[in-house]
Amino acid sequence: MIEVEDIHSHYGKSHILHGVSLELKEGELVCLLGRNGVGKSTTLKSIMGMVRPTQGSIRFDGKELVGSQPYQIARLGVGYVPEDRRIFKSLTVHENLMMGVQKTKRGGASERVWTIDKIYGLFPNLRERRGNKGSHLSGGEQQMLTVARTLMGNPKLILIDEPTEGLAPLIVKDVLEMLATVRKSGVTVLMVEQNFKAAIKVADRFYIMGKGQMVFAGDMAALLAAEDVRKNYLEV
Amino acid sequence: MSEVPVFFLHGLAYAGLLFLVSAGLTLVFGMMNVLNFAHAAMYMLGAYFSFTLLRATGQFWLCLLVCPLFLFIIGALVERFLLRRVHTYGHLHELLLTFGLAYIMTELVKLIWGNFPLAVNIGGFLGQTVEFFGMIYPIYRIFIFGCAVIVGLSMAAILYKTRLGIILRAAVNDSEMVNALGFDVPLVFTGVFAFGAALSGLAGVIAGPLLTTYPGMAHEILIDAFVVIVVGGFGSLGGAVVASLLIGELQSFGVLLFPKLSLALVYLLMAAVLIIKPSGLFGEKQ
Repeated sequence: MIEVEDIHSHYGKSHILHGVSLELKEGELVCLLGRNGVGKSTTLKSIMGMVRPTQGSIRFDGKELVGSQPYQIARLGVGYVPEDRRIFKSLTVHENLMMGVQKTKRGGASERVWTIDKIYGLFPNLRERRGNKGSHLSGGEQQMLTVARTLMGNPKLILIDEPTEGLAPLIVKDVLEMLATVRKSGVTVLMVEQNFKAAIKVADRFYIMGKGQMVFAGDMAALLAAEDVRKNYLEV
Repeated sequence: MSEVPVFFLHGLAYAGLLFLVSAGLTLVFGMMNVLNFAHAAMYMLGAYFSFTLLRATGQFWLCLLVCPLFLFIIGALVERFLLRRVHTYGHLHELLLTFGLAYIMTELVKLIWGNFPLAVNIGGFLGQTVEFFGMIYPIYRIFIFGCAVIVGLSMAAILYKTRLGIILRAAVNDSEMVNALGFDVPLVFTGVFAFGAALSGLAGVIAGPLLTTYPGMAHEILIDAFVVIVVGGFGSLGGAVVASLLIGELQSFGVLLFPKLSLALVYLLMAAVLIIKPSGLFGEKQ
């Protein structure tokens, strides 16, 4: 469904990604692990067109994404859930959700699976607080809202950056359950996570990044076997 | 104190004009993070276009319609072909660009219309006076305030009652995220900048008969407009309404009560607001 091939990305003068490749098949939930500052978020932003790779190619359903604007990529069916929540603070919860709706309809698999009623059914908290300003929500509710907002666009692929960051353990459980539900609905998920324990419960496959490059790719059994990789690139 | 009601009305008229100028300025700043120094120069262009069109046709209503349209086109071109190109280089470049544009526009005006004041006289209904509560008052000043109210209410209706309004308010919060959700933000930016330019053009048309049309008119209003958006809070339309009224009345009554201090009063107000609430009356904390 998506193939990222040898991309290089820069922030100003610093070279962040040194040839990153990864691949997701339809329906997979894949987790991208690695320490702070190795380029995980930049990888997601490069796919989304928010950072423009200087080299390499990103193909989504066979279409080249490099060089497109984020809104064009979103319209193809890629959803992005940013790291620091980034809900619209001066909009109400309901208006935030409305911002996720896209006018252009894509054919095929991405019929309107996610509607406002379905979202409110899945997130009763959001229904209760639909008239509240985004800034009045708790961290967990804000995380739910960012994911729900992206789902309103009925993406085929969803990119999620650190969904459990800064949340209490009980809320982390809720967020992971929600991701499992999203995935069951047929959406492909690429998730960046620092919380190894959280990731291992939900992901089918793992990629591990070190300094701007992939250092590992494999399923849970392979990850558990590769002790040196975990030691060098994950554990503190 | 029989002057008080008259000066109050004068204040309202100037507040209306200030709002028309600063609404576009604050909207563009809130959304695009661009402090548009050329905004007041566009207002001046509006006034000069209107002067010429009025002389040619004698139709003030036509000026009110056509000149903002001109400025809309100029604004769209400036955003699309100049501002967007320097955007990646950061705020300083955007600031310098609009600064340079302001100078070019002012010099062009001097070349075409000359470096002297022009008088704009409108006849007809708007040039009359009206008598109420025992005062005789020019209709035109009431008309200015009316225009500001209509523009303000229309903008509020768009921002709070339409889907476009939700997108615009979301873009004030986080335009990159709006882009990532599938909205053509570059197009929205062009539209907003052009709309801001059109508003400044409208303000210029309206200012013509009230103030003098001369190349320095841009600088004159720019300072007050900046004070309005600082006091009201950068990017806040409601703030622009309140601050325009405050500054308008302060200017008007300043002249009446403390003629020698009147120029300093707006700065005193700005300093006081900044000390109490650095983000402005309605500004959100950054």
